[in-house]
Amino acid sequence: MAARKRITIRDRQAESSLFYRRAVVALLVVVLLIAMLISNLYKLQVTRHEDFNTRSHDNRIRVLPVAPNRGLIYDRNGVLLADNRPVYSLELVPEEITDLPATVAALAQLLGISEERQQKFLEQSRVSRRFKKIPLKESLSEQEVAQISVNQHHYPGVYVEARLKRHYPFGDAFTHAVGYVAKINKRDLERLDQEDKLANYKATRDIGKQGIERYYEDMLHGSVGYQEVEVNNRGRITRTVNFEPPEPGSDLRLSLDIQLQLKAQELLTDKRGAVVALDPRDGSVLALVSAPSYDPNPFVHGISSKAYRALLNSDDRPLINRTTQGQYPPASTIKPILSLLALNEGIVTPETRIWDPGWFQIDGVKRKYRDWKKWGHGWVDLQSAIEQSCNIYFFDIATKLGIDKIDEFASQFGFGEYTGIDIREESAGVQPSRAWKRARHGQPWYLGDTVNIGIGQGYWTATPLQLAHAIGIMARHGKNYTPRLVQSIQTDTGNINLPADQRPPVVLNRDTYWDEAIEGMRRVNHSEHGTARKAFANTSYISAGKSGTAQVFSLKQDEEYDAEKLNKRKHDNAMFVAFAPLNNPQIVVAVATENQGGGSSNAAPIARAIIDHYVETTGFESNLPIGIPVP
Amino acid sequence: MIFGSVERLEAQMRKPSVWFKLHIDAYLLMLLMVLMAVGLMVIYSAGGQDLDLAIRQIVRLGVAFFVMIALAQINPENYRRWAYPIYVIGTLLLVAVLVVGVVGKGAQRWIDLGFMRFQPSEIMKLIVPIAAAHFLANDALPARFGRVVIAFVVILVPTLLIARQPDLGTSLLIAASGVFVIFLAGVSWKLIFAGAVALASFLPVLWFYLMHDYQRTRVLTLFDPERDPLGSGYHIIQSTIAIGSGGFSGKGWLHGTQSQLEFLPERHTDFIFAVFSEEFGLTGVLLLLSLYLLIVVRGLYIAANAQTTFGSLLAGSITLTFFVYVFVNIGMVSGILPVVGVPLPLVSYGGTSMVTLLAGFGILMGIHTHRRMII
Repeated sequence: MAARKRITIRDRQAESSLFYRRAVVALLVVVLLIAMLISNLYKLQVTRHEDFNTRSHDNRIRVLPVAPNRGLIYDRNGVLLADNRPVYSLELVPEEITDLPATVAALAQLLGISEERQQKFLEQSRVSRRFKKIPLKESLSEQEVAQISVNQHHYPGVYVEARLKRHYPFGDAFTHAVGYVAKINKRDLERLDQEDKLANYKATRDIGKQGIERYYEDMLHGSVGYQEVEVNNRGRITRTVNFEPPEPGSDLRLSLDIQLQLKAQELLTDKRGAVVALDPRDGSVLALVSAPSYDPNPFVHGISSKAYRALLNSDDRPLINRTTQGQYPPASTIKPILSLLALNEGIVTPETRIWDPGWFQIDGVKRKYRDWKKWGHGWVDLQSAIEQSCNIYFFDIATKLGIDKIDEFASQFGFGEYTGIDIREESAGVQPSRAWKRARHGQPWYLGDTVNIGIGQGYWTATPLQLAHAIGIMARHGKNYTPRLVQSIQTDTGNINLPADQRPPVVLNRDTYWDEAIEGMRRVNHSEHGTARKAFANTSYISAGKSGTAQVFSLKQDEEYDAEKLNKRKHDNAMFVAFAPLNNPQIVVAVATENQGGGSSNAAPIARAIIDHYVETTGFESNLPIGIPVP
Repeated sequence: MIFGSVERLEAQMRKPSVWFKLHIDAYLLMLLMVLMAVGLMVIYSAGGQDLDLAIRQIVRLGVAFFVMIALAQINPENYRRWAYPIYVIGTLLLVAVLVVGVVGKGAQRWIDLGFMRFQPSEIMKLIVPIAAAHFLANDALPARFGRVVIAFVVILVPTLLIARQPDLGTSLLIAASGVFVIFLAGVSWKLIFAGAVALASFLPVLWFYLMHDYQRTRVLTLFDPERDPLGSGYHIIQSTIAIGSGGFSGKGWLHGTQSQLEFLPERHTDFIFAVFSEEFGLTGVLLLLSLYLLIVVRGLYIAANAQTTFGSLLAGSITLTFFVYVFVNIGMVSGILPVVGVPLPLVSYGGTSMVTLLAGFGILMGIHTHRRMII
């Protein structure tokens, strides 16, 4: 035992120093490994700190877009034409509901939700985050909202959510002017992407599709706001870090007058046609009615494809805006303008008289172009030619002027061009010329074509808006304003009145030429031979007008109409243009009605009613004498 | 301070301080207490400022602390005497786990005793080094080749049994604790080199035959966490973001967004180091690592000054194994080692490992304070 112990003690010393050496080696390795850890941590925390800091920030901060409220649209008197109304939907938070299927079943019984919809909801709740709201029923009626509110305490985790949706209180009365909004579709997204506006629409569901809503989309929409929130790893919002409120869209005040608009709509009841009323002093549009129209509200909520097909395939083509897209031969309504050109070119003087035997012939051509009055008007001068709408007079001056001069002059009045009104649904019409015919029909221009141009037919087509615009230029002795629907823009910072967009005026060699042609138009309405004397009998003001009766035209003939309908569609289109008061024109009206017969008897009364209504509701503002009624 | 001269030690022996009489090493005690305090702070933050969680941890620390003090009272000679019997019992328990064990988190680690669940592999962390140290200290050092081989077998049996559960982290720690005994027992460098080569050649076998799919995925993820950012790479990506975003000075206690907003998984257990790094930055990391280094230094000092070879080997092994915890945990959380279930010692939330660790330190204190007067 003793010997063993001694050896152990001796061994212990050697072993102790051996152990000591190994322990030192181990310690060195430990230090080395710690250095390794530190160098790696240094790399993470110092060298790559910026990168990781950004990633940690991205981890926790979510930016949620907040949709701006869309700007409202008012008429010139401040009547709301488009507003935003809350639409209610029933939404459930699965996390807060103990028995989801039972709750859904109970709600389904309360509100009559289909089995299919319930199943769909339950499926959705399985894949969605448990703390997120899932809609069970959209567009709740007020009664349903009340029902849920009363029973709310029975259903924890069930919410009624309100969302603003566009609403057009006047239904179909303003559709073609104001247009409508509808759900953003793929095409809209592509366009927004191209225009770099996608970010601004992150929270927006609807976009302007037609009319003012489309043209002024950027202003009405406003700017998206942002809510910066901190989220945890499951996406639950823990707090709001920053809130940048959205900038609401600007409100628009239109120049349209609700009274006049509704009156015009009433006048076009059961007709196909258009009424445009402008203020020739600045181009503002007072009424813009295309009939028949349609209710824009279903489009906002997603129109059913059946309802949409019905509109699309209707014989009456309600979707087309006849005021700006309806291309009608202007017919005799352009006679005053041609007379201006004839005076200006010195082809006639106000006193020049032409014999009208009832027909017109081009030298060396057998064909006879007939007047509407079989036996002719006899001797006619410029004013009586306008007054009685003498075709022969205008056949004569048209052939003398030639197509090139007519084309050039008519273009100054905006024919064959977009008027530039602030809606996109517009056609330019056709202002025929040699070049146009060559390009369109591959044929040279014949003198015979010019004859038809003299009475505003043949190839010539124009929209009612173009007609109103052109007559407006005439009413103001050449002053030219772009037609415009929006009068002012109301933003947070104030009211911006849009100045009238004045364009180069039409200048004649003598200003009196205007008066000559306008006098002819006055006689149309107020003289004993005037074509519209009946329609404008006993007015409280003096006006000027011109009728037009265009040969059959309809927007697109469908061959399968039954005979009676076909016949009806072969009736003439009635056109009428007018302005008042004579001395200081403040309203110009263009009326087009399809297949209604003569312009004097069918369109003129509508024009008269509109001017009357304007006088009654607005009154002519003037310090000039507005004239006395013709006995 | 931490290194005391032998003369001082002997002076202490002649006139023992209160601590010595209580068989407590004051330096170690102080360092461990600081570490545990840091751990509680981080747990409170990582657990979403849940006071209950911190209190439960305090209770566990109390239990573990009691075990440490209790073991410190035991003369290490007793472990020696009982080394082989407890080794055999432990190994049998490991076999029992594989047969009747309770499956938890995809691995069989527990034996359900009815009144408590019991994890034999945890105790083996102490039994294996005791057995190995006893076996090698029985003969003169440096250990001869034959004895080293036997020691290896002693280590390998429980290691493989635990690896089968599968519990890669624990089997690794147990293997390490045994290997440290062999290393400290002065096995020749030639043999160490040969062992390293053998281990390297064993790696393919480990990879293809012994590792489970999830373990292989963890290793692959280490090299490229982004290849599965929401799956197995998620832990590593989120923890490196947490560490990296902490920067030099950290985001401040309770202000780590990665952890407070729960992006970081297992943030109060295995990944608590990421929370610590995010909130205290590199500065805090350096202080924490210094703390661990001081504990290792003190442990090795105790080992070097142990009266018996058995004491030296056991104390050395316990100390170095403690460091393996630190290295593997921090290495895995900071993305240089694969994810294995090893907690950050005395900081991570959790009971079992803490009891084992403090039991180890209790043994260490016992080795240091139970001294016979020589001559």
